[in-house]
Amino acid sequence: MTHAASPLEGDDESEILVKLDGVERHYQMGTSTVRALDGVDLEIRRGDHWAIMGRSGSGKSTMLNLLGCLDRPTGGEYYLGGTPVSTLDDDALSEIRGERIGFVFQSFNLIPQLTVLENLEVPLFYQGGAPAVARKRAEELAARVGLDDRLDHRPPELSGGQQQRVAIARSLINDPLIVLADEATGNLDSNTEMEILELLDDLAKEGKTIILVTHAEEVAERARKILILVDGKVDRIIENSDHSVAASKN
Amino acid sequence: MFHGPLGRTIRLGITNLKLHLLRSILTGLGILFGVAAVILMLAITEGKSETALRQFRELGSNTIVIVTKKPPEMEEEQQSASFFSVQDYGIEYADCDAIVKTLPAVKVVVPVRTIPKLARRGPRTASVPVFGTVPGYDGIAGLVLREGRFLARRDLERKNNYAVLGAKIARTLFPFETPVGKTIRLGTESFRVVGVLSSPDQASSSQAATLAADAVLVPVSAARAFFGETTTKTTGGAREIEAIELHTVRIEVEGTQEELNANVLATARALRTLMKGRHKKKEDYQIIVPLELLQQQEEQARNWQIVLGFIAGISLVIGGIGIMNVMLATVTERTREIGIRRALGAKRKHIVAQFLVETIVLSCGGGLAGVLVGVGGATLIDYARDDVEAIIRWEFALLAFSVSALVGMVFGVYPAWRAAQMDPVEALRHE
Repeated sequence: MTHAASPLEGDDESEILVKLDGVERHYQMGTSTVRALDGVDLEIRRGDHWAIMGRSGSGKSTMLNLLGCLDRPTGGEYYLGGTPVSTLDDDALSEIRGERIGFVFQSFNLIPQLTVLENLEVPLFYQGGAPAVARKRAEELAARVGLDDRLDHRPPELSGGQQQRVAIARSLINDPLIVLADEATGNLDSNTEMEILELLDDLAKEGKTIILVTHAEEVAERARKILILVDGKVDRIIENSDHSVAASKN
Repeated sequence: MFHGPLGRTIRLGITNLKLHLLRSILTGLGILFGVAAVILMLAITEGKSETALRQFRELGSNTIVIVTKKPPEMEEEQQSASFFSVQDYGIEYADCDAIVKTLPAVKVVVPVRTIPKLARRGPRTASVPVFGTVPGYDGIAGLVLREGRFLARRDLERKNNYAVLGAKIARTLFPFETPVGKTIRLGTESFRVVGVLSSPDQASSSQAATLAADAVLVPVSAARAFFGETTTKTTGGAREIEAIELHTVRIEVEGTQEELNANVLATARALRTLMKGRHKKKEDYQIIVPLELLQQQEEQARNWQIVLGFIAGISLVIGGIGIMNVMLATVTERTREIGIRRALGAKRKHIVAQFLVETIVLSCGGGLAGVLVGVGGATLIDYARDDVEAIIRWEFALLAFSVSALVGMVFGVYPAWRAAQMDPVEALRHE
């Protein structure tokens, strides 16, 4: 690790991994300014299970991009594991994404010409680790999501649910601080959706910090905390203490 | 086969190229033809110049040749000349002595006086040029003896009527017997055969050796003594009497490997001055310096090669433009993949490397195939056509291949840079 991020100290359950401090993301569209995010404050602790909800245009995607370090805030500050992100350059952002973030996308976003195993290894490749170590870890995670018999298949040969399981395995390969799932079940039928949500629930139970971005209430209800965005601002935060009951009800 | 990040990037590049196999092959063809054209052009021009250079090299790059030449004013004079007037011109015996005395780097000076005679052995006759020369001639002209001996110093001193026969003449005059020890007649004079030259083989022999096959070689002193100083030529009713002492003089220059070329050029300069001083009145000689001609020829050949190679190189550039075109399309097509990779931690340099490697693999693949086609084509041409010689040097293949790799790099930079500049968020959104 060569970037400015300081290593996390302690392994306290209440440790704050994500801190948004008046975060703004404004776009200049011609002469008018679009305030996609307009002063968002948020603290996410290690092991939290969050859902970010909102209608389209509410700023969910922008928020996800910022949280995933794909984008930088135009105002305020975003601390990821204590590192202020807004000042980092492109290379440092890439490094943070590669080492601290796991992405699960709505459309899976696997690389079609690579096998399952190779897809899993991609994040580790850019960190320059030993190929043998990467291979072993990829195999473990494939087994974890029940795809150890599909290692040499390519994404087009897999079902949607299988592809998303590969994507989840890939999001875990770098042992990230947070897993960001963006409408992870939006492209799946209801049976498969359940499979994937349960897989994510399992991760949450194991103590992974998970942030779901969704517009579906039944998905959001599985999270412990639900943030509702309206017009780029935090409308309210719902503590869903009963989330496990809600999950079993569905 | 490939380990390490570079190996994996190369492997990934190959995988991606195989994904659009036809497109990759067509793109590679552009480079292939470019490289093949460059190699073919270079090989053919090399063959052409080599053929020309060989002629000069045969003369010997450490020799200088002076040839007697009829001065232009004498050509005109001839019409009005009286029946018995003698045309006196050409290189003189004294020139030879002066060369030996004044030019330091001269190793051997071999004069040749040519007299046309009828050679006779019993009933068999042949018109031959008789070369009156000296013992060093065999060395300087690259002659090889088949039997007997060559002319010796004592033959020259004693003006011995001894002769060495060229291979063809020996066959004509002595079809059934060994010539050495036998006597032949040259004109009216008797000469004893002391040696016979072996036949020059077509490919490797010098021009002088080929000429000697038809000639009879005698000591120059004997030629003077027996045949006199004038020769009579009858051409189309007109009779010419010429008094020419020497027809050619070959000078061999000595020196170590490094200084030899400089010695030859210096000797040539000094020789020109010397001969100019001695032949003030008329220009009845010509000095041929094979090394100078060789150098001129080499330079000319090199220029040709550069021009033709450059023209062929243009096709490589066109191939490069083709690659760039395809890579730009590929980058657009794989925008989403770029976004995914960026999201998963790829830095800009990783994306640049990925696309650049792909371009270089493409151009190097095309380049390698082009080397094969070019070398194969040149070999085929060389083999199939007798009049065209194609010479392949490994430098040509290396040059053409390097240029193709360079083309890949140069034309791959922009598409790769474009790919790396994409905003990850935008790229991920790309359908």
